[in-house]
Amino acid sequence: MLLAVLKPGGDLATALYIVSFSLFIIGIKRGTHPTTAKQGNLIAAGGMAVAVATTLLLDGMGNWGLIIIGLATGSAIGFIASVRVQMTQMPQMVALYNGVGGGAVALIAWSEIRHGISLGGAMPLEELIPTLFAAIVGSVSFWGSNIAFAKLQDLIPTKPLAVPGQQFINAILGIGVIVVAILIAINNDPPSQGLFILILIAAAILGNLVVLPIGGADMPVVISLLNAFTGLSAAAAGFALENVALIVAGTLVGSSGTILTLEMATAMNRSVPNILFAGFGGAPAGGSGAAIGERPHTSIGAQDAAIKLAYADTVVFVPGYGLAVAQAQHAVKEVADELSKRGVTVNYAIHPVAGRMPGHMNVLLAEADVPYEQLREMEDINPELPRTDVAVVIGANDVTNPAAKNDPDSPIAGMPIIEVSEAGEVIVIKRSLSPGFAGIDNDLFYEPNTSMVFADAKAAASEIAAEIQNL
Amino acid sequence: MTLFTMITIFVLAIFVGFEVISKVPTTLHTPLMSQTNAIHGIVMLGGLIVLGYANDGVEYVIGTIAVAFGAINIVGGFMVTDRMLGMFSKKPKPKAEAGGDGKGGGS
Repeated sequence: MLLAVLKPGGDLATALYIVSFSLFIIGIKRGTHPTTAKQGNLIAAGGMAVAVATTLLLDGMGNWGLIIIGLATGSAIGFIASVRVQMTQMPQMVALYNGVGGGAVALIAWSEIRHGISLGGAMPLEELIPTLFAAIVGSVSFWGSNIAFAKLQDLIPTKPLAVPGQQFINAILGIGVIVVAILIAINNDPPSQGLFILILIAAAILGNLVVLPIGGADMPVVISLLNAFTGLSAAAAGFALENVALIVAGTLVGSSGTILTLEMATAMNRSVPNILFAGFGGAPAGGSGAAIGERPHTSIGAQDAAIKLAYADTVVFVPGYGLAVAQAQHAVKEVADELSKRGVTVNYAIHPVAGRMPGHMNVLLAEADVPYEQLREMEDINPELPRTDVAVVIGANDVTNPAAKNDPDSPIAGMPIIEVSEAGEVIVIKRSLSPGFAGIDNDLFYEPNTSMVFADAKAAASEIAAEIQNL
Repeated sequence: MTLFTMITIFVLAIFVGFEVISKVPTTLHTPLMSQTNAIHGIVMLGGLIVLGYANDGVEYVIGTIAVAFGAINIVGGFMVTDRMLGMFSKKPKPKAEAGGDGKGGGS
C-alpha cells in the first residue's frame, strides 16, 4: 500500500543514496559563507531525509514499533538538547554527538558480526575487516568523547590526570586490540562473538585512558580528532554494509575532522601525538613563577581605559576563553557599540584556539550580535595591528605572548600569536598577572605600551562602556 | 559492489571532502562541526537496517539504541547548526533599531 518497496542494494535504492550524499556535499559547499550556510544546512538535512526515507522503504523491513521508539526517543533528545544548549556549551554538545555517533557505529558493527555468525560459515574478509575497524574506532570514539564531555562539563577535573605507566598501558591495550582483531579475522569460520566483545571493551578502556590525561586547553584538538574518528568509523561501516551513502558521508566527516585537527594543532604549534601522549602541564612550568608580579607594569582603571579607547581611530579586541568564562561577550559588544557611535573602527582578532573548539569564539561573539565582518582571523588581522591605535586583550593570555616570537627557549616558541604588542597601545583586562595554560609569564604585560586593567572581564567591560558614554 | 569500487568511492570522497571543507572559513568551524555531526547521523541507516531485519532480543536492543543514537545526531545536529547559523546571518539592521528603541526609552 505504501510506495513500491525498494530492493536492498538495488538500483533505485543506490540511486537515492547517491542523491543523498550529493546533497550533503552541496550543503557543506554552501557552508563556506555565512549568508548561504543556513540554506546549505537545510540542503544537507534534505539529503538526510532522502537517505532515511529510502532505508525505511527497503523491502522486508519490520519491527516498526521499535523503529518508531528509537526514532522518537533520539529525535526528542536531539530536539531538546539543540534548543536548550548554551553557546558556551557547544564543545560539550559536539563531544556528546561525536560520542553517540561512535557508539552507534560500534553497535552496528556488533550486529554485523552476529549476522555473520548466524549465516554460518566464514565471514568474508572484505566485510569482516571493516566491521572490526568500525567496532574499534567507534568504541574508542564513544568512550573518549564521553570523557571529553565530562571534562568540558566539569564533571571530572579538567586538569591533566596522569596515571603512572599510562603510555605503557595504552600501548599494551592498543596492540592487544589489534592482535585480537587479527585472531578473529584468521579464525573467521565463524567469527568469535566473545573475542569481538573483548575488543569492544578493550577499545572502551583505551578511549577512556587516552582522553583522561588531556587538559582543558587541548580540548579543541581532542574534539576535532574524535570527530575525524567517528567519520572514519562510519565510512568503515559503509564498507561492511556496502552502502555508498555511509561511505561518502563518513569520509566527508572524517576529512572535516582531520582538517580541523591539523589546524588546531598548528595553531598551538604542537603535534597531535604530543597532545595525545604528553598531557599539557605534564612538563614542569612556572620556573619563572617567582618573578610573576614583581616586574614593573602599568595598572589603570576603567576610566583611563575608556579615554584611551574613545580617542582612538581603530580598536581591535582580542578575546580569549576567559571572556567566555566571564560571560563578557555582551558587555564587550556594548563597548564596541559605544566606540562605533563615536566613529571608531572596531574589529575582533580571533585566534584559532581562542575557544574550546574550532570556531567557538566566533559563535560566542555572533551570539552577542557582533557583525560577521568584524570577526577577523589571526593571519588577516596581524598585518593591520601596527596600524591599530589600541588593542584590547580580554581573557586571552598565551595567544598574545610575544615570547612565542622572540624567545626561542620559551615553551610556546613558534606558536602563532596575535601580535598585539605591535599596536600603538595595549589594554589587558585580566584579574591578575597570573600565567595562562602554558604556565609561563606573559611578557606583554610588562611592555611599556601595555596597561593592565585588573578586574573581572564582564564588570570591567560594562564599566568601560558606561565611562565612554559619559565622556 | 566490489571492494575496489568502494575503495574508489572512498578515495574520491577524501579528495572532495578536503577540497570542499578547506574552503570553510575559520569563523564557521563550529557550525561545520555540528553539521558534520548531523551528517554522521547517516549511521542511523545502519541501525535501521539492523533493527528492520532483527529477529532476536539482543538485536532488538542493539538496533533500537543505534537508531536512537543516530536520530540524536541527525535532529540535534541539524537543529543546533541552524540555530548557530541564524546568529551569523542575522541582519545588523533590526538589531540597531532595537538598540535605538532602548535608548529612546531611556532618554
